[in-house]
Amino acid sequence: MGSKPDTAQAAPQQDETLLKIRGLCIEGQADDSWMDIVKGLDITLHRGEVLGLIGESGAGKSTVGLAAMGYARPGCRISGGSIRFKGIDLASASEEERRVLRGVRIAYVAQSAAGSFNPAHKLIDQFTEIPIKHGIHDRATALADAIDLYGRLQLPEPEIIGFRYPHQVSGGQLQRAMTAMALSCRPDLIIFDEPTTALDVTTQIEVLVTIRDIVSQFTAAAIYITHDLAVVAQMADRIMVLRYGELVEEAQTQRMVSAPQQDYTKTLWAVRSFRKSAAITANNEQPLIEVDHVTAAYGALTVLHDISFVIRAGQTVAVVGESGSGKSTAARVITGLLPPVAGQVLVNASPLPGDYRRRTREQLRHAQMIYQMADTAVNPKQRIRDIIGRPLRFYLGMTGTQKENRIRELLDLIEMDPDTFIDRYPGELSGGQKQRVCIARALAAEPEFIICDEVTSALDQIVAEGILKLLDRLQRELNLAYLFITHDLATVRAIADDVIVMLQGRIVEQGPREEIFSPPHHEYTELLLSSVPEMDPNWLDQLIKNRNNTGGMRSVSTS
Amino acid sequence: MARTTDDIASRQRPSKARQFWIALKKAPFTAKMGMGIVLLYVFVALFAPVLTPYGESEVVGSEFEPWGAKFLLGTDNLGRDMLTRLLFGARNTVGIAFVTTCLAFLIGGVSGILAAIYSGWMDQVFSRIVDILMAIPALIFSLLLLTIFGTSIPILIVIIAVLDSTRVFRLTRAVSLNVVVMDYVEAARLRGEKIPWITFREVLPNILSPLVAEFGLRFCFVFLTIASLSFLGLGIQPPTADWGSMVRDNATLITYEDITPLLPAAAIAILTVGVNFIVDWFLQKTSGLRDGQ
Repeated sequence: MGSKPDTAQAAPQQDETLLKIRGLCIEGQADDSWMDIVKGLDITLHRGEVLGLIGESGAGKSTVGLAAMGYARPGCRISGGSIRFKGIDLASASEEERRVLRGVRIAYVAQSAAGSFNPAHKLIDQFTEIPIKHGIHDRATALADAIDLYGRLQLPEPEIIGFRYPHQVSGGQLQRAMTAMALSCRPDLIIFDEPTTALDVTTQIEVLVTIRDIVSQFTAAAIYITHDLAVVAQMADRIMVLRYGELVEEAQTQRMVSAPQQDYTKTLWAVRSFRKSAAITANNEQPLIEVDHVTAAYGALTVLHDISFVIRAGQTVAVVGESGSGKSTAARVITGLLPPVAGQVLVNASPLPGDYRRRTREQLRHAQMIYQMADTAVNPKQRIRDIIGRPLRFYLGMTGTQKENRIRELLDLIEMDPDTFIDRYPGELSGGQKQRVCIARALAAEPEFIICDEVTSALDQIVAEGILKLLDRLQRELNLAYLFITHDLATVRAIADDVIVMLQGRIVEQGPREEIFSPPHHEYTELLLSSVPEMDPNWLDQLIKNRNNTGGMRSVSTS
Repeated sequence: MARTTDDIASRQRPSKARQFWIALKKAPFTAKMGMGIVLLYVFVALFAPVLTPYGESEVVGSEFEPWGAKFLLGTDNLGRDMLTRLLFGARNTVGIAFVTTCLAFLIGGVSGILAAIYSGWMDQVFSRIVDILMAIPALIFSLLLLTIFGTSIPILIVIIAVLDSTRVFRLTRAVSLNVVVMDYVEAARLRGEKIPWITFREVLPNILSPLVAEFGLRFCFVFLTIASLSFLGLGIQPPTADWGSMVRDNATLITYEDITPLLPAAAIAILTVGVNFIVDWFLQKTSGLRDGQ
């Protein structure tokens, strides 16, 4: 193609085709053979347009995003097709040409800002590095530009914040600082790879708003990669659904959300509609677990202030709050990992020793735990048989055939085929399957009570829904009580009977789900609830309008 | 996701022995060479009495006889057959080094894991003891201890093992610290598991590969330490054949352009290279690094 990048740069046009990918094929190395990851994908992107890429993990979203920069991760290679950015074929360009384009004309914002900043340098020094290196700005103008961009991205104290180190600012601020850094050379194309996945809902809103504003301010184009459908509905003009490296469906956002064509897309959309079957009975009997005026501290830092709540048999209590609100600490107190400074935990009206080491085996058996990261919660060197079998042997003294049969029963219970899985190692399971094994391990102890610490937040929505359904079914069949710790209000709405809202180590509101989710709300609950993205593409605009009217946006953007 | 699971399901898992055999066949040339060297040494060490024409410390000729039909590699400073002593040396030096390394790993490994699991005061006590031991140069410290306690083989083994276990302790503690913070260890603790279970079932399997790699390297160092001590006269005592002291005893021959004293040194060097080849291969396999990365 004969188009000249220089002239195009001088006069940005709204409908100019910026990126044209045709028949993209990417292969990845598995053991010694090459496997197709992306199979013949076409993408066209115009200036001023935001393209949303969605799909489950393993769908090839990130690989495609990186390929748009002409980059293939180690162990991957671009095996076919063309990637034309402003007429330059990135797939066949020299490494030197691509290096010049990357960071200057194409920018990349990664999921983990904390992992992408160099902790040893100040934010602003990292900002100015690229423009100075490429001779776009001298240091003084680069600094001025940084401060200007920090201001536009609603970072507090834009003149000062750049002179801090990455660990001195919050996660949301860091993500915005990273977006600012990506914009330092005014790129034509920005690739956002799950930029808000690691953030709290309230923080997520700020970042979403700024990203959208910035893209339209600079008439750039963006590829927005995420697995969160509600988020992509807010951000993208057009959505592409990927699965197994192939395109499932592509449409304008409005149409995609209201009338998805393909079955797979419909299942993706339906995930959010899961609701727990009606609570069994509101029993007023003796509470199973009673947390009684507990105060807990890490050294001198008090993280829980006088917390009290009860959990009844067969009931799900959800604890919600942002990171740092003390919800995981509450779980640590109940399990005995962190003995409380004051107050106590009672099980069936008898107090538990504060330290787990002083609890009896029977007391330990009754309260089991399921973790957020199933990867680190199962020993990678033990077979599924051993992982599930150990509590059986340890608590119930089962051996031989009796144990073997029970393991198989448990695998059936978590909907995994015993013959296929019993001899596998965790490394040979998917994330959702690992989480199921964790559930089976907890069930093996035959507990009355299970603590679920963010059990679905590391999983895709479809997989997460499967886990929630399983937990719900098990609760009905085995009359289990759950303490469900999460920051995801959609999950709470789906599964909770009672809800506890926590903020900075205190309970701000607690009660039955219907009460919490219906007005009037506590101010903080209101903020949390209104920050959960909805599928309606106009939701974000509406929210901002509302918050501006009530002056609520101020408190959000500086939180 | 579903697809990859199907792939795994359709693949029949080979037996442990078969997996090992496949891995062996795919090993690079250097690793195969290393294994050949080690196997040869083990063979020689085991069958030294059968392979050798004379007794280990039998005086069979006059001093410093040249290479020839009767004494293939000549004789040493006392008139003992050089080849015989070289082969017996494999048995003594390699055997003692192996036992010493095992003991060092037992001491350092177990205390390292315990320090990581318990942390707190136990970690402090172990770590400070190790600091003190490491503050004194190992060779000088072992010379000192050998002078105090005498130079019998059991004492030699214990002293070198204790001094070497400090390095093993540090490595084990460092890698264990990464494992003990994992949720599965917390889950085991909350289950009420006792320390031996956590040590040997939860932590040890997950730190095994760096430990095995370290075992190979440590073995070489122990081996060299024993050889150095023997060279200095405080290691394995005569008349037991040992490569370190053989170098010392016959060193004068070098001035007459005779390479005989270099043979035991070469035996040490070749084994060190062989073991390192195997360790490199093992590290490459377990760390998941591929060529070109």
